Amino acid sequence: MQDFGAAFGEAFALIAGLDAGLMEIIGLSMRVTFSAVLIACVIGLPLGAVLAVGRFPGRHILVVLVSALMGLPPVVVGLAVYLMLSAAGPLGVLQLLYTPTAMIIAQAILVTPIIASLTRQVIDDLHGEYDELLRSMGANRVGMIATLLWDARYSLLTAALAGLGRALAEVGAVMIVGGNINHVTRVMTTAIALETSKGALALALGLGIILVGLSILVNAGLMGLRKSAERLAYA
Amino acid sequence: MPEPISRASHLSVIEAGVKPPAVALHDVVLERRGKALVDGLTLSLSTSGTTVLMGPNGAGKSLTLRLMAGLIAPDEGRVRWNGVETTPSQSVALVFQKPVLLRRSVRANLKHALKTYGVSRIERPRRLEKLLEMGELENLADRPARVLSGGEQQRVALVRALAARPKLLLLDEPTASLDPQATAAIESLIRMAAQNGAKIVLVTHDRGQAQRLADEIVFLNHGQVAEVTPAQRFFDAPQSQEGRDYLDGHLLL
Repeated sequence: MQDFGAAFGEAFALIAGLDAGLMEIIGLSMRVTFSAVLIACVIGLPLGAVLAVGRFPGRHILVVLVSALMGLPPVVVGLAVYLMLSAAGPLGVLQLLYTPTAMIIAQAILVTPIIASLTRQVIDDLHGEYDELLRSMGANRVGMIATLLWDARYSLLTAALAGLGRALAEVGAVMIVGGNINHVTRVMTTAIALETSKGALALALGLGIILVGLSILVNAGLMGLRKSAERLAYA
Repeated sequence: MPEPISRASHLSVIEAGVKPPAVALHDVVLERRGKALVDGLTLSLSTSGTTVLMGPNGAGKSLTLRLMAGLIAPDEGRVRWNGVETTPSQSVALVFQKPVLLRRSVRANLKHALKTYGVSRIERPRRLEKLLEMGELENLADRPARVLSGGEQQRVALVRALAARPKLLLLDEPTASLDPQATAAIESLIRMAAQNGAKIVLVTHDRGQAQRLADEIVFLNHGQVAEVTPAQRFFDAPQSQEGRDYLDGHLLL
């Protein structure tokens, strides 16, 4: 237990001192995570809305598929992206393996089904309420989807949050395609895994505390936004 | 884009030699779970004036209104607008009993409507101000629409419908849950729309309202037209037994 206490002490010293190595890792983590979630939103939000509003053959199967993909094992996605990006792979010429871009791609693949699936549920509910109105106004499908996405914007924060949580906590995929290279592709989760195995518990713990803290902060901020929107009947 | 006119409807217009009706239902049947809720309904409404649909609950008033809005297609029979079988969505507007307002400000709700109705970007601000003025909504323009009172919300919904400059304005019990003052505001907007040449079709259970607004009464019962009578005559001497019973307060079964 003494080790544990000492580790905590060292962890706080690192955080308080804004350790340069620590800041670099945090910065990259944020960059990779937010980029991945942004890409996943750009794809997942319209996809989810189309699945909710659209009426086309195969829609039901697609809904089930996207829902099932929410549980994609990160290591499998990591492996698949690795195979695509490796020198012998179809996208090998891009030389993206072991770069932050590869990590962003892998996480975007993991997060997109989560955002698409949650979006579909949110939009489905709102569509039930707006459908007659929008049809009576002569809105076309594209206009309808745009209206629904915009009016569900605060509810969709929850979908984005779920995606953010997944990306922030994820370690398997970024480890495989990023390689955990110091100063290049080392992010919080891979660093924690590495430092723990090396026995550098202080750094691992410091990173862990920051990771949890950031997660709480982001969640609290977005939830606060949603609450105030609900008060104004915007959500 | 001009809509193609089917030959049959074209002929009927020539034969009649007058403007085709704003909306006409011919032998319309609408079934739900094996039960005919609208049961061979035939009705033709002229292009002006206010028609009030009355009748007991379950008579098919709301469904008839939705058929007229083109929101639902009949299982049998035809619905025609100005003699044509395509829904002219830009010139038909529908107001619901419970207003469905977007999760936005009043102003943004109206802006969205103007955009959806295809009003040009340049013209929108001017039309928007006119709509706010018309509904006496200037002071509420930047409030979230869904926190307004019931009467204010319905005013927004009605003004939003007017954003389409509809030729056919369909109203489904728009004042059913409103106080007298809010009702008066809605009625004056309806009158204004009628004076501007819109054909009004109003569903109401409020006899006073029907008397104030109606030019003609269409009395529905069991998904069929029981009678179509000029308003004054209907209230003095309804032509059908169903209409008489309804006005006398008898239960219609």
